[in-house]
Amino acid sequence: MYTLDKSDVEKIAFLARLGIDEQDIPEYATNLTNILDMVEQLNSVDTDDVKPMAHPLDGVQRLRPDEVTETNDRENLMAHAPETEAGLFLVPRVVE
Amino acid sequence: MHNKTIAELISGLEAGEFSSVELTQSYLDRISSLDQHLNSFITVTSERALEQAQQADAQRAAGQAGLLNGIPLAQKDIFCTKDVKTSCGSRMLDPFISPYNATVIEKFNASGAVMLGKTNMDEFAMGSSNETSWYCPVKNPWALKAVPGGSSGGSAAAVAARLAPAATGTDTGGSIRQPASFCGVTGLKPTYGRVSRYGMIAFASSLDQAGPMTRTAEDAALLLNVMAGLDLRDSTSVDKDVPDYTGSLNNELDGLKIGLPKEYFSEGLDDAVAKVIEDAIKEYEKMGAVVSEISLPNSKLAVPTYYIIAPSECSSNLSRMDGVRFGHRCENPRDLNDLYIRSRGEGFGPEVKRRILVGTYALSEGFYDAYYVKAQKTRRLISNDFNNAFENVDVIMGPAAPSPAFNIGELMDDPITMYLSDIYTIAVNLAGLPGMSIPAGFVNNRPVGLQLIGRHFDEAKLLNIAHKFQKVTDWHTQGPGQFV
Repeated sequence: MYTLDKSDVEKIAFLARLGIDEQDIPEYATNLTNILDMVEQLNSVDTDDVKPMAHPLDGVQRLRPDEVTETNDRENLMAHAPETEAGLFLVPRVVE
Repeated sequence: MHNKTIAELISGLEAGEFSSVELTQSYLDRISSLDQHLNSFITVTSERALEQAQQADAQRAAGQAGLLNGIPLAQKDIFCTKDVKTSCGSRMLDPFISPYNATVIEKFNASGAVMLGKTNMDEFAMGSSNETSWYCPVKNPWALKAVPGGSSGGSAAAVAARLAPAATGTDTGGSIRQPASFCGVTGLKPTYGRVSRYGMIAFASSLDQAGPMTRTAEDAALLLNVMAGLDLRDSTSVDKDVPDYTGSLNNELDGLKIGLPKEYFSEGLDDAVAKVIEDAIKEYEKMGAVVSEISLPNSKLAVPTYYIIAPSECSSNLSRMDGVRFGHRCENPRDLNDLYIRSRGEGFGPEVKRRILVGTYALSEGFYDAYYVKAQKTRRLISNDFNNAFENVDVIMGPAAPSPAFNIGELMDDPITMYLSDIYTIAVNLAGLPGMSIPAGFVNNRPVGLQLIGRHFDEAKLLNIAHKFQKVTDWHTQGPGQFV
C-alpha cells in the first residue's frame, strides 16, 4: 500500500491550484491514502481485455453544423465577475 | 391543502377550488413558519413565486394552462436560475447570480410551474448527508437529529415536510435515491441522458442526471413528462421519444420478473432494513410478480470505481471555479497563482477539496492509466453485470441504502464509511440505468426506501411498478408528525 505524505499532498494541491491550510495537510494525507487504499481493490480484477467505458450508453459525440446560435451577451455574462474593466476580466499582473 | 399530491392539486386548480396564488402563498407560509427547523431552503423566491402564480392563474383563465400550470415546486440549488442566486451549496458560488436558466428550469417555466425557491444540498453535490453544505446541514423531518441524506437532502426534506409538493434532485451516485429513502419520499433517477444537464452545475459529467422527488410515483411521472427529452444544448442528451409516463402507471404486474441481487442482501445491510425490503417484495408477489435471486458479481467494485471516476471528472469540472470570471475571489491576490489558490482554498469546503485532490492525483501524469482507465474498465464490468441480469428479469429490487438515516455528525470524520452509504446506488449511475427509491416502511421511526432498477429508458415501467405498490400500501402517504 502506498502512503501519501505531506509533500505529495502539497504537490497535488498545487497541481489543482487549491489552497489547503498547513494544519489540515496530515488529515488530507490520511484521507487520500485511505481512499487510494480502497481503490486498490480494483487491481484484483483482470481487465486486460476490457474496453474502457467512457459513456454509460457508449454514446458518441453528437455533431452540429458550425453556426452561430448564441447572441453576444457580454454585459449580462460579465455582470457578476469579481472584477472587470472595459469588457475584460481583471487579474493581477501576469507579464512584468 | 399541503397534504395533496400534485395530481390532486392539478384537479383542484382545474376545478377552481383554489388559485395558484392561494396555493403558492400557502406553501410560502409553511416555509416561512417551518423551515427554521429544517434549513431545507437556501433561497426562498417569494415575490417571484407569487408573480409566476399570478401569471399561471391568468394563463389558466385564458385556457392556456400548461402541464404543471400553477404548481409550486422547489428546485435544487444546482440548477442555474436566471437572476436568482445559484450557490450549489458552496461558498464559492455564494455570490453567483445566474445569468441564464438551466433547460430543466426553462421546461418547468414553459409548463406553468411556480418556483418556491432553491433547496439546500451538499456542496457541489458531493456528500451523502447534506452536512457538506456551506449553508449548514439540513435536518431530517422524521428525526431532527438525523441527516436527510444527500446530496439532494434539502429537496427530500422539503417534500417530506410538505414545504413543497415536489422538488428536483440530481443523482451522481445516489443523490436522489438515498435522500428519498432517508426522508420517505419517492425519488427517480432517470437513464443517463434522459433529462438535459444544461445549466445543471456539473459534478461528474458521465454520471450526473436530474430527476423528480415527489410524494407519489404518479407525481414523479407528471414531473418527468415535463423534464425529459432531447436538448441540443447538452451533447449527452439522448434523442429518444418521451412517452407519457402517466399512461402506463396502472399496467398489471402479473408475471413481472423481479431479480434480487444476492450482493445487495449480504454483509453491511441493517437486518431491520432487510426485513422491510423483504416485506415489500412480498407485496409484489401478491400482485403476481415472480421473484428470483440474481447475482451482480462485480458489485464490490462499484464504490472504488466510482471514487476514481467521480473525483476525476469533478477535478476537471471544478477547474472553472478560478476566481476570475464568477464566484468567490480572495482579497488582494499577489499574483495569478495566488488568486487561483486562495480563491479556491477559501471557496471550497473539505469534502470538495478531498475529491479534487483525489481526482487530480488520479489524472496526473503517470497515474492516469492505473487509476482512471482502470476504473473505466471496471465500470464496464459493472455495467455488463446489469446487462446479463436483465436478460432474465424485468426489474431489479433491493434496498436504496444499507441503513435508515444516521445522525448528524455520526459519519463526518469517516469519509469512507460515508461513501459506503451509497453502496447500492452507485452502480446504477456507473451503468447509466434508471433507478427509483420508494417508501417501503420504517425502522425506529425512520423511513426506509425500496430501490427499483430498470433497463435503460425503462422509466415508464419503473413508475408503473412503483405506482402499483403505492396503490396497495400507504407508506408514501405517511408524513413526519410535526409537519403534517
